Amino acid sequence: MADAFIYDHVRTPRGRGKADGALHEVTAIRLAETALTAIRERNTLDTARVEDVVLGCVDPVGEAGGDIARAAVLGAGYGAKVPGIQINRFCASGLDAVAFAAAPIMAGQKDLAIGGGVESMGRVGMGASGMALAMDPSVAIKSYFTPQGVAADLIATKYGFSRDEVDAFAVQSHKRAANAWDKGYFKHSVVPVKDVNGLTILGRDETIRPNTDMQALGALKPSFAMMGEQGGFDAVAVQSHPEVEFVNHVHHAGNSSGIVDGAAAVLVGSKRAGRVNGLKPRARIKGFAQIGSDLGLLLTGPVDVTKLLLKKTGMELADIDLIEINEAFSSVVLRFMQAFELDPAKVNVNGGAIAMGHPLGATGAMVLGTLIDELERRDLNTGLVTLCVAAGMGTAMIVERV
Amino acid sequence: MKLEHFRFETDADGIATLTWDSPNRSMNVITVQVMDELEKAVAHVAATDAIKGCVITSGKETFSGGADLAMLQGLGAEYQKRAKADGPEQAMSFFFDASRRLSQIYRELETCGKPFAAAVHGTCLGGAFELALSCQFRVVSDDEKTRVGLPEIKVGLFPGAGGTQRVARMMPTGDALQMLFRGDQIKPAQAKGMGLVHAVVARDALIQTAKDWLKANPAAKQPWDTEGYRLPSNKVHSAPGMMIWPPANAIYRRETQDNYPAAKAVLAAVYEGLQLPIDQGLRVESRYFAKILRSPQAAHMIRSLFLSKGELEKGARRPAGAPANSFKTVGVIGAGFMGAGIAYVTALAGMKVVLLDRDMAAAEKGKAHSHKIVSDQIAKGRAKSADRDVLLERITPTADYNDLKGCDLIVEAVFEDRAVKAEVIRNVQAVIGKDVIFASNTSTLPITSLAENFARPKQFIGIHFFSPVDKMLLVEVILGKKTGDKALAAALDYVRAIRKTPIVVNDTRGFFANRCVLNYLSEGHRMLIEGVPAAMIENAGKMAGMPVGPLSLTDEVAIDLAWKITQATLKDLGPQAVEPALVDLLDELVVKLERFGRKNKKGFYDYQPGQPKRLWPGLKDLQKVHLDPDAIDVEELKQRLLVCQALEAAKTVEEKVIVDVREADVGSILGFGFAPWSGGTLSYIDGMGAQAFVALCKKLAAKHGPRFKPNRLLVDMAKKGETFYGRFNPYKKAA
Repeated sequence: MADAFIYDHVRTPRGRGKADGALHEVTAIRLAETALTAIRERNTLDTARVEDVVLGCVDPVGEAGGDIARAAVLGAGYGAKVPGIQINRFCASGLDAVAFAAAPIMAGQKDLAIGGGVESMGRVGMGASGMALAMDPSVAIKSYFTPQGVAADLIATKYGFSRDEVDAFAVQSHKRAANAWDKGYFKHSVVPVKDVNGLTILGRDETIRPNTDMQALGALKPSFAMMGEQGGFDAVAVQSHPEVEFVNHVHHAGNSSGIVDGAAAVLVGSKRAGRVNGLKPRARIKGFAQIGSDLGLLLTGPVDVTKLLLKKTGMELADIDLIEINEAFSSVVLRFMQAFELDPAKVNVNGGAIAMGHPLGATGAMVLGTLIDELERRDLNTGLVTLCVAAGMGTAMIVERV
Repeated sequence: MKLEHFRFETDADGIATLTWDSPNRSMNVITVQVMDELEKAVAHVAATDAIKGCVITSGKETFSGGADLAMLQGLGAEYQKRAKADGPEQAMSFFFDASRRLSQIYRELETCGKPFAAAVHGTCLGGAFELALSCQFRVVSDDEKTRVGLPEIKVGLFPGAGGTQRVARMMPTGDALQMLFRGDQIKPAQAKGMGLVHAVVARDALIQTAKDWLKANPAAKQPWDTEGYRLPSNKVHSAPGMMIWPPANAIYRRETQDNYPAAKAVLAAVYEGLQLPIDQGLRVESRYFAKILRSPQAAHMIRSLFLSKGELEKGARRPAGAPANSFKTVGVIGAGFMGAGIAYVTALAGMKVVLLDRDMAAAEKGKAHSHKIVSDQIAKGRAKSADRDVLLERITPTADYNDLKGCDLIVEAVFEDRAVKAEVIRNVQAVIGKDVIFASNTSTLPITSLAENFARPKQFIGIHFFSPVDKMLLVEVILGKKTGDKALAAALDYVRAIRKTPIVVNDTRGFFANRCVLNYLSEGHRMLIEGVPAAMIENAGKMAGMPVGPLSLTDEVAIDLAWKITQATLKDLGPQAVEPALVDLLDELVVKLERFGRKNKKGFYDYQPGQPKRLWPGLKDLQKVHLDPDAIDVEELKQRLLVCQALEAAKTVEEKVIVDVREADVGSILGFGFAPWSGGTLSYIDGMGAQAFVALCKKLAAKHGPRFKPNRLLVDMAKKGETFYGRFNPYKKAA
């Protein structure tokens, strides 16, 4: 099997996904174009050689609908010959897009492709594309559908994470993200979103609160208690894990991932593609895996998929230097660390989605980039990136520097 | 047009009136003949130019209770027969057409081109209300007795003649689902508020109101057949829909533990139907209806909750030929919680009560219980203060046995102590008439031995109430060895008068209900000892279909009572009668920790005022082992909790404690809430088949102990492939 190398990656800053967010005036296509354009310019890439652009997008409707990847390819001026495809595996879409871009390269069917993602949550709206899984009784009931916040609270209840613990993790996420920005760890990868005149609309992640503390978070009311009790979801959670007497609601806006807009792109290619295009590989994709996981807990897929991927790659966790696990909710990360007895100093060292936000379709590609940057900065070798996925799934990828 | 079930006449204005008045029946019921004639009448209205519209009303005191459930049951049997003869595909095709016929007639009525108006007085439920819903105009009388609704869900069915589709097109989806889930009987004013009916008028103005409307609206169409119609809650897949459907699915699971396919079918029919034009929506509804109607679960629920329950209430076990009893005055001895409750339900039924206790204060306290119950109802708007006055007037508290002189029946509910009861029996005997029946509400003492204290043991019987008496629908009538038919007839007539459901059982330790349910409690205790997390035990009980978990139920009946019963059993039957670990657990809780249950706010749960009860955290320390919850087979826990009860029920049949299988089913559901979805303890076994049940028992016995060993009767039934309702066919015996 051929190797797939990561030659470059970029992301936009993440803007608050609301009407007052800086990126609210920017269309989803424009966000994706920003990332694609940066890949071309940074690498003086002859884009005609790109054989596919795979973009994750979780609500591909309205302005994000109708294959936004092809639209972004054309918008970014990659040329009519470059195809594009939009995929959706919810929160892991961005990472899966990189995997889907890499797979034909590893199989020898392609040489150069882009994986990435885009989400304009403020403009399109979370859930805008509908969800049979939540709505249709024939599947929602048997699959114990609950909103993710309730599932995150169930994880906290089952595995014993207190409100203080989930809040403390959130505080740390903000501190680490602020520190990373202050020290310029992100500066090589974040490309500003500009207007038609070249004026910067947003150059830095918008939702980081460096001064947030336990007291500030402690004042927030649990977000999912009412939904859980009145909407019946607590009962569903308990029935899925009947050793739980009641769901302890600990999550709120401050310890959950932020709703933001943003896009990312990762340039993937064969060894030959690097040679032909004069590119220097930054990392090799060692392997990736996807898995379905417990439906009641919903968000523990990273544990299962990491075990699977380690088995597939014949590796052990001790071989991994740094880990990025998407901070969908505090309890997701805490459970992941608990399950593998991880050293917190190796996990999400530059913060995560609790501080910087989680533009659903793009996040996977973003955290992959963050991981590669940090491996380079620390001169470490191997990293794992994983995300929990709605509907009880998980995606993971292991990369190593070359 | 020749009709037997309807009268048909047309007035000078061309408005026809179709009056439903089935011959030889007190109540209109939808049968095959009724469907035939209704179809004919609709066709006639549609085809006759002179007829401008048609009123549908009833010629009886009440409209109709809906479809004949026995007919629907029969359809299922016909399917089984045809499946064997013609193969499943052909049988299914027949069944689908037959089961949706009513729906199609209603749709034909609705779209035939002439308007219809339903004029409803009295109850109009189920298929009958679906008939009304298919009329363009619905007027009901403002009468106390008038009720509309779709109660099918209560017997494991759902409205299959357009009910789900029309209701969901009339009101916001959330309201529609709630109505279909609850199956309530709705009063006229509320029905109007919900948009189910258009007008509420005096009974004598019904027909004229309907006629006037038809004359004024000759081209009326249902809203969903009118151009520009929009769903009340917008499209299913929309932002409002996202607020409705995920919680609806979750609330379904919360309320049913996913044990009720009929309720799930309501969700599916509405969810899919609202995405379709009405005709296709009706077809989808029919598909689900056919599936549910065919399910053994629906058949068992109809059998136990409707047919058998009704038969028992109407005196299925009453000795033939025994003269009817009517009771003017009932003497209730003992004004404690049970006695006070018995006094209340007796007075509520219009009988006078002499409520006797040791002293006047105790007797007055018992009467005050009735005052409290009615006062609570008044506070909720369910009763008037005049009702309370009338009811309290009927109860005479006393401490004097001489006041029992005029009583027609005695119900004794004093402390469960042989000596106390013997004294009461002697005292009562001294003052009552020679024909008066003496009933004891004992829950633990054998009737036969209590009857020894009574000079006329033929007239001595057990009437075992459940607590709280005013809420619990079941009464166990217990026959002592010498109890005579007259006493049985009197007991059943009394139970009927107080509008409860009787089962008749022969004398044994714990009778029927307590015998079964005690197994449920101790199986829960065993699980705790094994190291299963307490919450998982409780949830497994609820998920199996029980109203509360076994630990919670132990708290309700009181742990010290469980301890006392265990001590008594040890004393009577020897130390091998109860496993030491179970004894130790109760000892620890009751003797060492003084955790008695809800009554002292400390039991398996902690009870803090104003807060939901929570499992006592100390339970973990009582467990010597703690199993990994992810490694526990929850399905097996559920099975254990039901099998232990069902097996006990099977034993009561073998021991002839239960002589009519209907009573084990109805008694188990009404007495202790045994998984109603199953149709009761014996239907649970029939549902999976004796062979599968015996195999399950053997598997559980191998793993968890000989208490799960199937009894001889079950083994024999498994060998012969028999069912309880086949081997002990209650109808054959009656014939």
